[in-house]
Amino acid sequence: MAFLDRRQFLQLAAFGGAVFSSALPGAAHAAADDFYFVQLSDTHWGFEGPENPDARGTLPKAIAAVNALPEPPDFVIFTGDLTHTTEDGRERRKRMAEFQQQARALKVREVRYIPGEHDAALDQGKAYSEFFGPTHYVFDHRGVHFIVLDNVSDPAAKLGEEQLAWLQADLQAQPRDARIVVFAHRPLFDLYPQWDWATRDGAQAVELLQAHPNVVVFYGHIHQENHHMTGAIAHHSAKSLMFPLPAPGSQPKRTPVAWDPSQPYRGLGFREVEAEPAEARYVLSERPVTQG
Amino acid sequence: MPVDSLRRALVFALPAAALAQSDGVLELHVVARRFQFEPETLRVRAGVPVLLRLTSPEVPMGFNLPDFGVRTDIVPGKEAQLRFTPTRTGQFTFLCDVFCGNGHENMSGTLEVRS
Repeated sequence: MAFLDRRQFLQLAAFGGAVFSSALPGAAHAAADDFYFVQLSDTHWGFEGPENPDARGTLPKAIAAVNALPEPPDFVIFTGDLTHTTEDGRERRKRMAEFQQQARALKVREVRYIPGEHDAALDQGKAYSEFFGPTHYVFDHRGVHFIVLDNVSDPAAKLGEEQLAWLQADLQAQPRDARIVVFAHRPLFDLYPQWDWATRDGAQAVELLQAHPNVVVFYGHIHQENHHMTGAIAHHSAKSLMFPLPAPGSQPKRTPVAWDPSQPYRGLGFREVEAEPAEARYVLSERPVTQG
Repeated sequence: MPVDSLRRALVFALPAAALAQSDGVLELHVVARRFQFEPETLRVRAGVPVLLRLTSPEVPMGFNLPDFGVRTDIVPGKEAQLRFTPTRTGQFTFLCDVFCGNGHENMSGTLEVRS
C-alpha cells in the first residue's frame, strides 16, 4: 500500500475519502502509525498586565482553535507555566483549578501536563501535583516513547541526581533506536544562561539521551520559537499563550514584548507536531491563537 | 603601597558601604532582595581577585555570573561568599537563578570589568 502521510491524507480526504496507513513493510517500526499532537505552552493563567489585555481570553481562543483543527490531535500537552505564580497557596490552587476547568474544553482524548517554575518552584511542586499528578513521568504512544522531565520544581533549575538516575534507568530499558520524545519546561542546554534560560544539570540529561540516535526535545519557558541541535538531538521551544519574550540577549532585560494593538496576539500561538515514527521524523506547524 | 592608595588603585565609583579591602582582594557586599540586587552594578578591575559577600534578608536566592562560571546559593540568615578573579574586560550580566516569585525574571545586575 502506498505511504500516505497525514497531510496527504487530509488533502485526499477533502476530495471524498482516503485510506490512511503509514505501514512500511520490513521497517523496524512498521507497526507505528503516523499521528500528531499539539503543544501549548506558558499560558500563565492568572497573569494581569498590559502585555496582554486579553489575559483571560487568550487561552479559550487557543482551545477553540485546537478544537477547530480538521482532525483532532491524538493528545494535547501543555509544557509548563500553566499558571502565573503567586506566593499565596490558596490563590495558586484557585488558578490551577480555573486552568484545569479551561483545559476540560479541549475536545481530545487525552490532555497531558508538565509544570513550569511558575507552577512549582515556590512549593517544590506540591500544589501542582495535587491537580496534575507526578511532575515527571513516561508514556508510550504509537511506537514513540515520551519522557516528561521536571527541571522546575527545584527552584534552582536542577533535575537533580534522583531524576537523572530515573532517566538513566528508563533509557537503559529502551532499544537503542527507540523513538524518543522528551518534554521539559526549561531548555536542557545552555540557550542563554545570562537570562537563566538553561537547566543547571541539563548537560547530564543530554549526555544520557545522546546514547539514542532518535531523540527530539520540546520545551517552553522562553515564550518564542527556537530550534537548536546538541549532537543529533533537536530541541524546539514553543510560543507562549500569554506574552512573547524578546530574542536571547536582544535587550538588557528579559521584559516581555509589548502588546501591539494593531497586531493583537502577535508572537503567541501553539504548535502541531506530526510524528512519523517509522522515519523518526517530526513535522512542526506553528499555529496562531485565533485560527485552527 | 599604603592601603588607601591601593584601594584607590583597585576600586572606582563604588558605594563606600559596599567595599572593603584586604590583601589585594576586593571585597564587595551585595544584598539580594526581591527583585533587585543592591548594588545593581559592580565595578572591578581585571586581574584583581574579588570576594563577594552576599546576603538575602527574605527568601532563598541565587547569584550566578555565567560568563565567569561562578554561582552560589544565598540562604537567608547566612552570608554566602563567592571568590573569583575577572580575567576579561567588559560588561557581564549576573542574575538570580533561584526562582523567587514574580519579578525574578528581571532580577539581574551588571559586573563592569575595566583594565
